Amino acid sequence: MANASLLSVRDLTVKFPRIEPVRNLSFDVSEGETLAIVGESGSGKSLTALALMRLLPKAAQITSGRIDFSGRDLLKLDDRSIRSLRGKEIAMIFQEPMTSLNPVLTIGRQITESLRLHEGLSAKAARLRAIELLDLVRIPAPHKRIDDYPHQLSGGMRQRVMIAIAVACRPRLLIADEPTTALDVTIQAQVLDLLDRLRRELSMALILITHDLGIVTQWADNVVVMYAGRKVEQALPEALFADPLHPYTRGLLNASPRLKDDYHYTDGPLTEIPGSIVSAIGENGCPFAPRCPIVRSGCRTRVPDLLVPAEDRLVACPVIFAEGERHVAARGL
Amino acid sequence: MSLLAVSDLHTHYAGPSGTLRAVDDVSLTVEDGETVGLVGESGCGKSTLGKTITRLVAPTKGSIVFKQEDITRISERSLRPVRRRLQMIFQDPFGSLNPRQNIRDILTAPLVVHGYGNRAERAKRVEALIDRVGLPRTALSRYPHEFSGGQRQRIGIARALILDPELVVCDEPVSALDLSIQAQILNLLSSMKKDLGLSYLFISHDLSVVRYFTDRVLVMYLGRIVESADNRTLWAQPKHPYTRALMDAVPDPSRRRQAAPISGDLPSPQNIPSGCRFHPRCPLATDICRTVDPALTSFGPTHQVACHHADAA
Ligand SMILES: Nc1ncnc2c1ncn2[C@@H]1O[C@H](COP(=O)(O)OP(=O)(O)OP(=O)(O)O)[C@@H](O)[C@H]1O
Ligand SMILES: Nc1ncnc2c1ncn2[C@@H]1O[C@H](COP(=O)(O)OP(=O)(O)OP(=O)(O)O)[C@@H](O)[C@H]1O
Ligand code: SF4
Ligand SMILES: [Mg+2]
Ligand SMILES: [Mg+2]
Repeated sequence: MANASLLSVRDLTVKFPRIEPVRNLSFDVSEGETLAIVGESGSGKSLTALALMRLLPKAAQITSGRIDFSGRDLLKLDDRSIRSLRGKEIAMIFQEPMTSLNPVLTIGRQITESLRLHEGLSAKAARLRAIELLDLVRIPAPHKRIDDYPHQLSGGMRQRVMIAIAVACRPRLLIADEPTTALDVTIQAQVLDLLDRLRRELSMALILITHDLGIVTQWADNVVVMYAGRKVEQALPEALFADPLHPYTRGLLNASPRLKDDYHYTDGPLTEIPGSIVSAIGENGCPFAPRCPIVRSGCRTRVPDLLVPAEDRLVACPVIFAEGERHVAARGL
Repeated sequence: MSLLAVSDLHTHYAGPSGTLRAVDDVSLTVEDGETVGLVGESGCGKSTLGKTITRLVAPTKGSIVFKQEDITRISERSLRPVRRRLQMIFQDPFGSLNPRQNIRDILTAPLVVHGYGNRAERAKRVEALIDRVGLPRTALSRYPHEFSGGQRQRIGIARALILDPELVVCDEPVSALDLSIQAQILNLLSSMKKDLGLSYLFISHDLSVVRYFTDRVLVMYLGRIVESADNRTLWAQPKHPYTRALMDAVPDPSRRRQAAPISGDLPSPQNIPSGCRFHPRCPLATDICRTVDPALTSFGPTHQVACHHADAA
């Protein structure tokens, strides 16, 4: 990446009384870059995003790490400074739009609130800008819809309202947690197009949390794969899909119904990764070991380090890494 | 006889800025053991249709016949035994789970309401379901906010299946899930279907999931079914220009930053275009499309299309 690093997360650990949902997580995002985070449901993606926003639930504690955002350590800022940063410089689109929209306020109110707070717009100017924003996210008849309450909108419309709120103040970093899951493909393409345009026009950095691998290949510059709170693989999207390395990533790609286009449920089940992420709890070694098809005894004694199998690539699996080394050796390279 | 037969169904919402025709004359059937997919643009009325069929939203006009009983207007009380057989998995798992109840209570409540077994039998049923959807038993004493999005969706699925329904309206049941859990849930839904003879009305915007999981597909646009075909036919010969646009919009991993395939102003269900409701965005539109509303017309035994130019496909 030629661009300057905007966000740098180092060794971030988030702890609840009973579990550590984010463990020693490190990654960087540059200005104008799109970083995708993919991973098993429950692997800590949303909590990572909430940690960046300093919006973790009360029971959660950050027990280690730093989060540098354009020269400031976010974990050291007082509540006031973080509040003025949030919504303005860092914004987030939440995973569940219905719970993050206020049910008793019209959507217009919710969009104009942040415009008036951060940009000091008058009520009238804020309303005009809000209509523009609704139009930007392709809500039909925005001048009418602006006075609707969240329950009057379809699931996908609520998600687009969340996007309008998030981009209202032209943030430098936008964290989008499953921004298009409620959207059909045509609107999904339009929303991603929109996010990408904002990224280019504002040199906004984008963290895209998604489980749609089609979206990742198309829109991301870099991909982090998480499992049970840890980064298990990182790669450029083309490399990741052409040659997934970590056994979890391989399992994930194999589970996709897109893999074989004319495969039907009457032909047989989809390929699952047997077991569940819950099995990672209490595991001293690799969190994926209980489900891994190529597990060795050594995997269970210590947490694998992130190894560098190729340029721009990290993988936390010594077994795969050693295999790769053997291939390289066999080819006499 | 079909398990479910919906005829000429309309669901309108009244609002300050006029009537909104969310479901605007829909007829469909679901046969015993069949999985019918429902796809279409955000806001086209899929959830409203699902909620009307399960009587969570009142229909404005038309009829809903489930197991040969007309349930369109029957009372809440008469609905109770129907509800047991006709369940819904909701699109927004968090909004539909009571935050103050733990998972055990959430799953036990429907059993109590429907007078299922004694306390011990209810507990056993709850545990069987939580195992089946792949959550640990310890989840039972926890509250909805302690779960990730995907875990909540499994709880919603467990709740919908706990009464042993015959037809389940699944509203985007896997769109919040990563691929590996999506595969587990789809396999779970399909083995439940095989074991229990379930039928599904399966709402999803993910065409690869719909292609894998359904027997027949309905394509909805602005409150109306515009194409209906068995799974294979639809993918081999999509005829409605909107269906084809949908298929073209599926992210293609070999293309970077692909542009949106259809643009044009998104129409509003408060102001449905004249003639064919797709005409303002349709590449094939001619004069007749602007004035005459096309009816669903058969193109073969299992294929119906509402388009004046379906032959052009
Ligand atoms: N408030 C909370 N209290 C206790 N545990 C929590 C809380 N919120 C989340 N968790 C747990 O932390 C883990 C990570 O949750 P998170 O929401 O970050 O997952 P995720 O990767 O975003 O998953 P999904 O793809 O399903 O949204 C999960 O095991 C979840 O159960
Ligand atoms: N309770 C309500 N009151 C008024 N209007 C509503 C209500 N619920 C939905 N609508 C409107 O009805 C139309 C159809 O909404 P619906 O939720 O059925 O769409 P959908 O196809 O499920 O969309 P999505 O894919 O985004 O979930 C939308 O224009 C929506 O704004
Ligand atoms: S480290 Fe071992 S257990 Fe973990 S993914 Fe690699 S092979 Fe599997
Ligand atoms: Mg999440
Ligand atoms: Mg919906």
